[in-house]
Amino acid sequence: MNQLPTTTGKVIVCDGNEAAAWGACLSRPDMVAVYPITPQSSLVEYLAEFIADGRMDADLMDVEGEHTVLSVLHGAVLAGARTYSATSAQGLAFMFEPYFRTPGLRLPMVVSLVTRDAVSPTCVWGGQQDAMTVKEVGWIHMYCETQQEILDTIPIAYKVAEHPDVMLPVNVNHDGNYLSYGVARVELPPQSVVDAFLGEKQVNWHACLDPERPMAVDPLTGGAGGIGPSMFVKYRKGICAGMQDALRVIEEAHEDWGKRTGRYWSPLIEEYRMEDAEVALVTIGSMTGAAKDAVDTAREAGRKIGLVKIKTFRPFPAARIAQALSKVKAIGVVDRSVNFGWNCGPVFQEVLAAMYAQPVRIPMMSFIGGLAGADITVEHFATVVERTFRLAGGETAAGPVWLNEND
Amino acid sequence: MSLRNVPDNMCPIATEYTTMLTGDWRALRPVVDRERCVKCATCWLYCPVQCVVEKAAWFDFNYDFCKGCGICAEECPHRAIKMVEEAEG
Repeated sequence: MNQLPTTTGKVIVCDGNEAAAWGACLSRPDMVAVYPITPQSSLVEYLAEFIADGRMDADLMDVEGEHTVLSVLHGAVLAGARTYSATSAQGLAFMFEPYFRTPGLRLPMVVSLVTRDAVSPTCVWGGQQDAMTVKEVGWIHMYCETQQEILDTIPIAYKVAEHPDVMLPVNVNHDGNYLSYGVARVELPPQSVVDAFLGEKQVNWHACLDPERPMAVDPLTGGAGGIGPSMFVKYRKGICAGMQDALRVIEEAHEDWGKRTGRYWSPLIEEYRMEDAEVALVTIGSMTGAAKDAVDTAREAGRKIGLVKIKTFRPFPAARIAQALSKVKAIGVVDRSVNFGWNCGPVFQEVLAAMYAQPVRIPMMSFIGGLAGADITVEHFATVVERTFRLAGGETAAGPVWLNEND
Repeated sequence: MSLRNVPDNMCPIATEYTTMLTGDWRALRPVVDRERCVKCATCWLYCPVQCVVEKAAWFDFNYDFCKGCGICAEECPHRAIKMVEEAEG
């Protein structure tokens, strides 16, 4: 729920990258490792500035590439540090090798993905291709709608990551360009509120490096010889269990944050005007604002439509989504990236799977828009609304619909 | 924090020393002809797993760790090393 902020903290005007930097600053990480890439660059410049100004008491590692960014943070977490970083697209691609190891070692860190369409064609603008590509690795993924939500979600992400039932890394994702550079009114919660919310640091209690107690972290495990595959399977199942527990912990953490700040963000999904809705849109990220306007316009015209925004994409809140969408006659899912192999959007594919257990098959349609920083306007959403109503009226689903095809 | 409080499916950490013998999956074994070996140490330099063992007058191999890659036999300037099928005993 995107409600007006309370006024307990200082109000500033800033873009989403600065909001993310403030979210990190207030969470008091011990180490920050950075390598700049568009559209994340200003975010790490803010971090460097905060550290230089003495606002943030953290070690800054300005390394030679993203592979090293994540690798040095692995060492820092193993030594007990709270850590933070941010990256985008090709930077995330270069980070991919250590990216696998983070959930495997159950290292609770927070990394912002400032989402951007990956090359080629060469593109430095927003799109969610980068984050959607890495969704299956074992990181928790949360997508933000507004600058304020970015700031608030980063402390929440630490609370989730470091929870003993979860112990998994979290990506807090915000759309490149629209949120990274879009300027808005943002309230900074007081440091004391964030400190009380996060409590005592317990980053590493499971694999603490200690000269008094020698251990090998991440030894060779599994294989056909030696120990066999059973231990490997046990760790894999552990990650799955942490992910499922995260569904509960994410809700608890959002609730706790709401009590302290007055801002109750929807933890897993947000249902907007879904009561008595006959048709539903599904959105993710910053596009949701324009989508809500389009829903309002359709409602004013007497059409029964609602919207479901996905905040938490991994773990996927399948049961909650199925429950929210179970009563409608048609669903239009809007994606900001492409699933090439299925010829649709990846979120569409996920919602399709979530609806499998429903007794009645609800027609669904995939819409793809906002690629390479293109705007998904209220007019585009009017098209989505129209096509989804036609689907509810019995028209055969044809997709995907490329919203910016003729722009 | 004691490791006893860590769930056993949490994190791959090892506190006991166990050895994986890399020689377990060898198909070919290097055998030295001591008549030909001049102890030039070429095999010792080239062995990727450092399993060449120095003896008084020749070089031999630690078969617990030799993977049978054959590089020593290939590089030996005196052709003193022959790769033998494991099945032939």
